[in-house]
Amino acid sequence: MTGPPEVLDCRGQRCPLPVIALARRLPQLPVGSVLRVLADDPAAANDIPAWCRMRGQEYAGSPAEHAYDVRRVA
Amino acid sequence: MAEAYFDAAAAAPLHPVARQALLAALEDGWADPGKLYAQARRARQLLEAAQAAVAQVLGVRPEEVTFTASGTAAAQAAVLGGLAGRQRAGRVLVHSAIEHSAVLHVAERQEAVAVPVDRLGRLDLQAWGAAVRRPGVALAALISASHEVGTVQPVAAAADLCDAAGVPLYVDAAQSVGRVPVPGGWSILSASAHKWGGPPGVGVLVVRKGVRWEPPARSGPPDLPAIVAAAAALRAVAADAEAEAARLSALVDRIRATVAATVPDVEVVGDPVDRLPHLVTFSVLYVDGEALLHALDRRGFAVSSGSSCTSDTLRPSHVLEAMGVLSHGNVRVSLHRETTPEQVDEFLAVLPDVVASLRAEAGVLDL
Repeated sequence: MTGPPEVLDCRGQRCPLPVIALARRLPQLPVGSVLRVLADDPAAANDIPAWCRMRGQEYAGSPAEHAYDVRRVA
Repeated sequence: MAEAYFDAAAAAPLHPVARQALLAALEDGWADPGKLYAQARRARQLLEAAQAAVAQVLGVRPEEVTFTASGTAAAQAAVLGGLAGRQRAGRVLVHSAIEHSAVLHVAERQEAVAVPVDRLGRLDLQAWGAAVRRPGVALAALISASHEVGTVQPVAAAADLCDAAGVPLYVDAAQSVGRVPVPGGWSILSASAHKWGGPPGVGVLVVRKGVRWEPPARSGPPDLPAIVAAAAALRAVAADAEAEAARLSALVDRIRATVAATVPDVEVVGDPVDRLPHLVTFSVLYVDGEALLHALDRRGFAVSSGSSCTSDTLRPSHVLEAMGVLSHGNVRVSLHRETTPEQVDEFLAVLPDVVASLRAEAGVLDL
């Protein structure tokens, strides 16, 4: 996939809200696309990769502070 | 309404033997045991008897046992004293990533190496071995079993690696003492009386003979009645620890299996087998940990949580982070001698509804 990923801005939201927003948005994107979640809650760094593992999606890393990329694979 | 206290890992209810011993010691043990008159000698005898009782349960010598004002104070004294005693050998503190916050508090203020754990919360022994072999290591610190997820740590193997490297090992045994045996091979150990049914405000510090340890602070006269009660409770719980561990472990197995089967999208964390007998932790997807705690409290169940929204710092538990498991919607259930199977069954009966209604409120039932 090329092009900038879609961005989901969850800054200012406390966990589990960023994970809920991710769970709502990702299935609306085509398989293979990347969603960038912006979240400054300290739990997001842990819970977004954990959600990906539980849901069989791919955690594609953190390109910057408070940013987390998730690729839809399922 | 049910009334079930499931937070023994924070503080177990006072053991009836401790209550009796406390009342008796208030009569006889109020004097400063360090003084030179009859009342002080009586107090001194009580203190020595308490040391001997604790030493016998732990398999150490009485003179190796001292009492502190709390388990946290014992942990601090263990680390600070262990580092001070080895100043000439080095300055580095090696510790697991899942130590008690008292140990991490010291680690943050000096040169330290954190050794990771795996997804189940078990120490990475290879990384541990490499860390303790580094030059300049003064002390290594390992919790006997995680106070947050229950996973038992490979203390014997970690102690062997420390021994080969010539590094003393401190073991924080707060969750194990009085419940399960702690392997040997360590130099310093700490424990906390209110985890085994003693009164709050009594910590135990054990420094093996020949270990270089320097007292980090001068402490005042001990709370002797509380110490006497703590020792009496430890002797009582140690006597039937094996049977009680088997009973509670079966209840924890029931919780692990039932929660996983009846609550959708839940992650039961920690090692399912190599674990403490009385403690289980799970995380519930899309649910706020604080809301879950309050909802359970309203139904009479007292549990604990490692979720960020339940902590003063608004950070998730460092243990759940180190394991890389879900940290929101987290619940820790820890059982004790007064826990009944009926209480556990009532908890398991209400939990699915509690979770479902919180998810309905948050509008996430479709996710």
